[in-house]
Amino acid sequence: MSDDALTAGLAPTATAEPLAADSPFKRLLHTFLEDKLAVIGLVLFTLVVLLAIFAPLIAPQNPYDLAQLDVLDGGLPPGSASMSTGGIYYLGTDEQGRDMLSAILYGLRISLLVATVSLAFAIAIGVTAGTMAAYFGGKIDSLIMRMVDLQLSFPAILIALILLALWGRGVDKVIIALVIVQWAYYARTVRSSAIVEARKDYIEAAHCLALSHSRIMFHHLLPNCLPPLIVVATVQIAQAIALEATLSFLGAGVPITEPSLGLLIANGYNYLLSGRYWVSLFPGIALVLTIVAINLVGDRLRDVFNPRLQK
Amino acid sequence: MIVYILRRIGQSLFALAAMAILVFIGVFAIGNPVDILVNPEANQAEIAATTARLGLDKPLWEQFARFVGHLFQGDLGTSFVYGRPAMEIILQRLPATMELAVTALILAVVIGVPLGVYAGLKPDSIGGRSVMAGSILGFSLPNFWQGLLLILIFAVLLGWLPAGGRGETVEVLGIRVSFLTLDGLRHMILPALNLALFKMSLVIRLTRANTREVCLQEYIKFARAKGLSSTRIVLVHILKNIMIPVVTILGLELGSMIAFAVVTETVFAWPGMGKLLIDSINLLDRPVIVAYLMLTVVIIVTINLIVDLLYSALDPRVRLSQVKA
Amino acid sequence: MMKKSALLACLLAGATMCSSAGAADLAIGLKSEATSMDPQFHQLSTNTQVLLNIFEPLTKQDPFQKVTPGLATKWESVNDTTWRFTLRGGVKFQNGSALSPRDVIYTYCRVPLVVNSPSSFTIYTAAILDVTADGKNAVLIKTDGANPLLPTDLSNLPILSADAAGADATVTYKPGGKCEGMGKVPQSVDFNSPAVAVGTGPYKLDRFVRGSEMVLTRYDGYWGTKPDWDKVTMRPITSDGPRIAALLSGDVDMIESPPIQDLKRVKDAGFKVIDALSNRIIYLALFQDSKATAPNINGTNGKNPLLDKRVREAISLAINREAIVARIMGGYAKVAGELLPPPMFGTNGRAVDKYDPKKAKELLTAAGYPDGFEITLGTPNDRYINDSQVAQAVAQMLVRIGIKTKVDAQTASQFFSRRNKLEFPMYLAGWGASSGEMSSPLKSLVATYDKKTGMGPTNAGRYSNPEMDKLLTAAMSTIDDAKREVMLGKAEKMVLDDYGIIPLHYEQTVWAMKKGLSYAARVDQYTIASDVHAAK
Repeated sequence: MSDDALTAGLAPTATAEPLAADSPFKRLLHTFLEDKLAVIGLVLFTLVVLLAIFAPLIAPQNPYDLAQLDVLDGGLPPGSASMSTGGIYYLGTDEQGRDMLSAILYGLRISLLVATVSLAFAIAIGVTAGTMAAYFGGKIDSLIMRMVDLQLSFPAILIALILLALWGRGVDKVIIALVIVQWAYYARTVRSSAIVEARKDYIEAAHCLALSHSRIMFHHLLPNCLPPLIVVATVQIAQAIALEATLSFLGAGVPITEPSLGLLIANGYNYLLSGRYWVSLFPGIALVLTIVAINLVGDRLRDVFNPRLQK
Repeated sequence: MIVYILRRIGQSLFALAAMAILVFIGVFAIGNPVDILVNPEANQAEIAATTARLGLDKPLWEQFARFVGHLFQGDLGTSFVYGRPAMEIILQRLPATMELAVTALILAVVIGVPLGVYAGLKPDSIGGRSVMAGSILGFSLPNFWQGLLLILIFAVLLGWLPAGGRGETVEVLGIRVSFLTLDGLRHMILPALNLALFKMSLVIRLTRANTREVCLQEYIKFARAKGLSSTRIVLVHILKNIMIPVVTILGLELGSMIAFAVVTETVFAWPGMGKLLIDSINLLDRPVIVAYLMLTVVIIVTINLIVDLLYSALDPRVRLSQVKA
Repeated sequence: MMKKSALLACLLAGATMCSSAGAADLAIGLKSEATSMDPQFHQLSTNTQVLLNIFEPLTKQDPFQKVTPGLATKWESVNDTTWRFTLRGGVKFQNGSALSPRDVIYTYCRVPLVVNSPSSFTIYTAAILDVTADGKNAVLIKTDGANPLLPTDLSNLPILSADAAGADATVTYKPGGKCEGMGKVPQSVDFNSPAVAVGTGPYKLDRFVRGSEMVLTRYDGYWGTKPDWDKVTMRPITSDGPRIAALLSGDVDMIESPPIQDLKRVKDAGFKVIDALSNRIIYLALFQDSKATAPNINGTNGKNPLLDKRVREAISLAINREAIVARIMGGYAKVAGELLPPPMFGTNGRAVDKYDPKKAKELLTAAGYPDGFEITLGTPNDRYINDSQVAQAVAQMLVRIGIKTKVDAQTASQFFSRRNKLEFPMYLAGWGASSGEMSSPLKSLVATYDKKTGMGPTNAGRYSNPEMDKLLTAAMSTIDDAKREVMLGKAEKMVLDDYGIIPLHYEQTVWAMKKGLSYAARVDQYTIASDVHAAK
C-alpha cells in the first residue's frame, strides 16, 4: 500500500541459473568473501542480529515496562542523567522518558522478528501458490492469479485496520497483515519464472517418469526458481521493515508501548523539525544500517549464485 | 486470443465482486462511520437519524444488496462525508495523481537507466559500486521519513522549493494540471522525487543486472569483436535488450503508484487520489473506499493482462493457450 | 539563520512565493479541510471556521465564546418560549440584496431539507416551532420549551441569502422541514458556486478546489470593519511536519495547531506564536455501570473496582498532571480540576486534584486492592494533541500505584465505535463545549444515558447520578443566566467530587504566523481568516 510496497518487479533481475549440483558450499563462501564490502555487510548484519537477540541483556532499561519509565525524564538529550535513578541516557530519551538506546535495541528485535517471520510465511504461501499456478495452469492458475490481482489492489493499511478491529492490536497481527500483503508478490514472481521452467525438457522428462505432481513441483520445478527468490527476499526484508514503519506512521502498527524500530521512527517523525533530533535520527540510522547490511549481503549472494557472472 | 481476453474479463468481474464484499465487511468490522462523522453534541435521536439517512440502519447484507442494485444503474454510491457521488470525487482527484505518478516514472527512468547501465558495464569500478550502494539507500528509507527529510532540506533549510501543495494549475480540456506552469512544476519536484526514489533504485538494479547479462551474450561479444564502438553497442544492442523487462516492470509499478501514492501525497499535501483514500479510510467513508478499490482492481487487472499478453508475445514458449488463465 | 533562508527563498522563488508577504494577500495552512461550502451540510468545526468568513449568523461567539451581536443587534425573551431578534439595519448580501426576515426564515427552514448530511444542524432547529417576521427588522422565534441557549444555538446557523438560493417571495416556517415557499432548495454541491454561496460576511467565495485550496476575495460592501486582505487562500495541510515546513519555508503566512514540540524552532526562526486556553477538556472516563460487567479488567474476581469511589479517587490522585503538561504537552496545556476552564460559564473554581501517589495507594488498599488490578486504557491516536502519549504517561503513573494498565491506542475511526460499544473500562477522550457553558459537558458526558430524553449520549462510562440529573435538567430550562450558572456549577461539583469523571488538562490552542500578523486566539479553537489582521 505504501509507495514502495511493490517489488515483484525484481523478478527479472533474478536471472540466476540453477545451482550446479556439485558446486561446493566452500567455493561459494570463498567467492562471497572476495568482496570486502559484502564482508563488511555480513559483519554488520551479524552484529545487528546479535544485538537484537541479546537486547534484554545489553539494554540499560526495559523500554516496554512502563514502571521503568519516568515521564519526568522525558525528552532529555543524549548523555543526560536520569533525574530519578541517576543513570545516563547515552542516546537521550523520548517524551515518555524511554531510553532511546534501549528502545532501539528492543525495537530492532521487533522489527527483525516482524520482517523475517512475515517474510517466511509470505514466501511459503506465495511460492506454493505461484508454483501451483504455473505447474497446473488452467483454472487453478486463473483462480490464484485473480486472487493475486485482488490482493495487489487491496491497501495494506486497510488490511491492518481490519485485523486490528477483529483481533485487537499486537505484533502478531502486524505480522499477519504483512503476510497478507506480501504473499502476492512472491506468487507472481515465482509464477513468472516457473512458467518458463515448466516448459523445459527436464520437467517433460519428469512427467515421462510418471513422478507425482507434488514431487515434480517441489523437487524439480521449485529448486530451479529459488535463486531469484533469495534475491527478491533480501530486498523484501527491507520492504517489510519499511512497510511496518509506514503502518505505524498511519496509526495501525504495533502497540505504542512496545515500539518497533518503525514505530520509533514514525514517532520521531513528529520531532524531525524540532530540536530533539535524537528521537528520530538514531532509530533512523539503526534502520538504515540494518537494511544496508542486509542488502550488501544480498547483492553479493546474487552474484555468487550466478555462475555465469564469475570470472 | 479474443476468447482469452473475454475470459480474463469475466474472471476479473469476480475479483471486483470479491473486492466489494471485502470492503463492506472490512469497514463494518473497523467501525461505524456515524460514530466519527456525527457532531459530538448530537444526541441519541440525531445519531439514529443520521444512521438512517446514510442507510446504515439496515442489516449489512441489505446495504450490500442496495449497493449492487445501484451499481447496475451505474451508480457507485454517494460519499458519506461529501454527499456527492463517490466516483465523481475520485475522478476529480485522478489528474493530480496521474501527473505525479507519470513524472515520477519519467524521473526514475531518465536517471535510473543510465546509472544502471553504467553500473552494469563497470561493476567493479568505484562509480559502479557507489551507484549500487546509493540504490540500497533508495529503498531502505521509509517513504514518509525520506519525504520529510526532503522537505527539511530543500524547502526549510535551503528554501529552494515549496514544501507542499499543488501550486498554480491551468485547465487543459477541463482538467486542472500543474505541469504547464512554472509554479506547478516547482511544487511537483519534491513529491515526484520522493515517489521516484524507490522506483529509481529498482530501475538501477534491474538495468544493471540485465546489462551484465546481456554483455555476456554471444552477440555482444561478436559485436565487440567486429569492432563496433562501445557507444553504439550500449545504445543499440544493450539498451534494446534491457528495455523490455524494464518497461514491463514499470508498467506494473505505474499501477501501484497511481493507486497507492498515499504516503507521498499525505506528506506533501498533494491533493491526489491516495490522499483521498487515506482520508476516506480514516473517516470510514465506505462508498468512496469501495469505488476507489474497485477502480484499483480495474487498473491492476488491466495492467496485468497487458503484461501477460506481452509475456506471451516476447517468449514464444509461453502460449496463451497453455497459460489459459 | 532561518530568516536568511526565508529571504533566500524569496529571492529564488521570485514574485509568486513572496506576494503573500505583501499586505494584500493572506495564505493559511489548515489542519483539515472543509467538506462542503454549504454552511448547513456538515456540522463540523472545520467547516464552520472557514464558512464564518462568508456567512454570518444572527449571534456570534467572541474569542471567549461570549455571545455577541451578529446580524441581530439585540435579542430578548418575550416569554419563556418566545424570543425576539432585532436585525441589523443596512446589511447587504454579497449579491446586493438587503438582509430581511425572509432570509432568516429561509435559513432555518432549509436545515432539515439538506440531503445526505453526515451530521445535521437539526439539533439546533428541532425545537423551533415557528419563525415569523415582526415588522421589517425583527423576527420572533417560538420554541417548544424554555430554551435559554437559543441565542447561543443560533450562532451555529449562519444566514443564507433567500434570493441567491432561489426562494419564493414569501417563505413560511413550518416545523419538521415542511416550510412553504422554499423554491428549489440548492444542495451542498451547489454551494461550490460563488453564485449560491452568498452571505453577508467580509469575504466572498472565489473558488473551492477540494483537497487543494479555497480562495476568498474581499467583499467591499461589508457592513462592519473593512476586511484587511484582498485575497485569502486556505490550504489543507493535514500532516504536522509539512504544515510547519510550509510556514517556515514561506508557503503560507499562518498555520493552525503547529505541533507543540516544534514551537521553539518556530519562535527561533522569527515567527510569532500565540496560544490560548481552549474549551477542550481531556478527561478519563471510567466504566461505572453497576448492572453490567466491566470489560477488560482482570485480577478482581469479576468485580468492577471502578464502582468504588475510593478507587476512582486513587486513580485521580495517582496522576501527575503537572508532569504531563510539562513533558508531554510541552507546557501548552493547563492542568484541569473542572470540565471547562474557569471562569467560563458554570465553572465553580474546584481545585485541581493534587498528585499524591501515597494517598492513592492507601485508598486502593482501603478499597481492598492492595496489589492493584489489571485494566486497559483506550485512547485515540490521531484525534487530540499528543493523545496516545498522554495515555501512555497516565498508564505509567497508574502502574506506579499498582494498577497494571495496558494502553490500547487506535485511530479515531476505530476508537469511537469501540468506545460507543462500551468496550473500554477506562478511556481517554476530549470534549469541547461548543456552547461555551457547563451544560454541554454535563449533558453529554456525565448525565445518565437515556435515549428518550437525549441525555448522556457520550457517557460511555455510564456514570449515573440521579440527583445531578435533576439539577441539570432544571438548569437547562432556566432562562435567568445568573441562576443557571449557580445551578450548573453545583451539578458539576457533585460529579467531580464523586470522581465520576476525571479531568486531566485543558488543551491550549496554538497558532503560528509571520511577525506582521495578529490574531485574537479563540477558546473554540477556530481559525477565522477574517479575524487575522496586519499588526499595527
